[in-house]
Amino acid sequence: MASSAKSTSFTAVRKSVQMGDEAARLVTLVFAGGILLITLLVVAVLWDHSSLALYKFGFHFFTSQNWDPNSDEFGALPFVYGTLMTSFLALLIAVPLGVGAAIFLAELAPPKISSILTFLVELLAAVPSVIYGLLAIFTLVPFMRDTVEPALQSTLGFLPFFQGQIFGVGYLTAGVILAIMTFPFIISISREALLAVPREQREAALALGATQWESTFDIVLPNARLGIIGSIFLGLARALGETMAVTMVIGNDPSIKASLFAPGYTIAAVIANEFAEASGNLHLSALVALSFVLFLLTMVINGAARLMIMATSRKGA
Amino acid sequence: MTLRTRWRYLVNNVMLALTGFCTLLTISILFFILGYLVWNGFTSLDLAFFTELPKSPGEAGGGMANAILGSFMMVGLATVIGVPIGFLGGVYLAEYDGGWLPPVVRYTADLLNGIPSIVLGIVAWNLLVVPMKTFSAWAGSVALSLILIPIVVRSTEQFLRAVPNSLREGALALGANKATATLTVVVPAARRGILTGIILGVARIAGETAPLLFTSLNNQFWATSPNQPTASLPVMIFTHAISPYDDWHRQAWAAGLVLLAFVLIANMTARFVVSRNAS
Repeated sequence: MASSAKSTSFTAVRKSVQMGDEAARLVTLVFAGGILLITLLVVAVLWDHSSLALYKFGFHFFTSQNWDPNSDEFGALPFVYGTLMTSFLALLIAVPLGVGAAIFLAELAPPKISSILTFLVELLAAVPSVIYGLLAIFTLVPFMRDTVEPALQSTLGFLPFFQGQIFGVGYLTAGVILAIMTFPFIISISREALLAVPREQREAALALGATQWESTFDIVLPNARLGIIGSIFLGLARALGETMAVTMVIGNDPSIKASLFAPGYTIAAVIANEFAEASGNLHLSALVALSFVLFLLTMVINGAARLMIMATSRKGA
Repeated sequence: MTLRTRWRYLVNNVMLALTGFCTLLTISILFFILGYLVWNGFTSLDLAFFTELPKSPGEAGGGMANAILGSFMMVGLATVIGVPIGFLGGVYLAEYDGGWLPPVVRYTADLLNGIPSIVLGIVAWNLLVVPMKTFSAWAGSVALSLILIPIVVRSTEQFLRAVPNSLREGALALGANKATATLTVVVPAARRGILTGIILGVARIAGETAPLLFTSLNNQFWATSPNQPTASLPVMIFTHAISPYDDWHRQAWAAGLVLLAFVLIANMTARFVVSRNAS
């Protein structure tokens, strides 16, 4: 276009083209910077709104078990305990089952069946949390109340975890539904980590006379361990922040009990239940302080998970 | 065969069988619960569900027409807010990499992605519900867009990076500047992938409940503007499921099926689009 024009207008065109180019860069820069700002905003909002409760109660906020909005007393311990306990139970169930399934899908199943099953499992990761909660209320809660928990009580009832009244809702039920929700993450990411282990490693182990299980357990699994631990951490982060399904089956009782059958409470559940109808500024602030704790927990765990998964995928590539 | 060899083969067979059992167990649990939902949903679903307002507790019949509309409105608004931010941010990360900003933005996008959605709800509450002094569809949409943005950023970046550099070089060699090359060559080459990321993100926010509980709240009636508390399908499922009424439970099953159908169809569409891209 500019070839027929005089050299002055050619520079003008080139300048305007360059300016358009620079403008485009700046526009995308602004939006990319916006993402940084949004994240800073999240921290600022949480910090700002939680300061009232943290200032009033200080460290006592994290050690007190007393949560009573009517008398403006707020202690976070039952919620922190409930969040950690339910997530721990979830991992206790989901890790052996999930890693076992990942081993089967990566090492044993024919590739076609493996990829179909993995696709289905990943599809299940997309099922909304509230739907898991709906299902849990009408299937898991009666099943735990009438079958699993009485059986545990009659066999392991001498342990303090399996004593006391059975409600159906409570820590154990919440742990089970969280386990079901973390399966897809653990299975699909662990499977990828296992598949990233070079084929030669397996062949070398088998050639030396190892059985398939020995090759898998002693050679492949240690090679993929970072990715597998990463998948567990991702599952943990999801379990800690999981709100709806837990809120629907935890029983909503802010107290700490040894029994896993007892109703409890989690950080996310108390925010879901009380935030919209919080009775005053201090109540709101205490709830935001709880969400700040949740934010920090998930941030640390997610960060660790991502580093580990990155490390394995780079090694495998 | 020595005893030790026999023992090793026994361990081998038992452990491998156990991994198969784990697969069978996890997958059958997952499919049992989905089958249960589909069964209950189908027996509860009727035309009234799509056309009528919810009835008061204890009354039979009614539907969730307002919640279906509310969900569409909020997911739509969140898409309009979140997709441009996420898309342009992703273009920056992929096409203008270098310096200190892109790695920081990449890290914060991952961070934002990992924040529990209920925490993002609190942020949207602070930004909109507090100054407007009312729960509103706007607040719900902003909360959902905060979830959508990091998903779109990272998927846009990923698919733009997959575009071969020779395409960029070809466009630049023909005299295009970087913006034109990006807009007319690179982005169109990655459009299926980018679209997939957007669809997956929209499917994800359509099912989000926690951040809506205290931003858009709920509404038993039609919301006449986005400035009012607005019903949504996920919140309706929650309130109906924990209620003690059998009729409300049936409504919850029906709503669960409709929501699940939307989410799964969106997911399968997205994967179909991607797999066609790959082949």
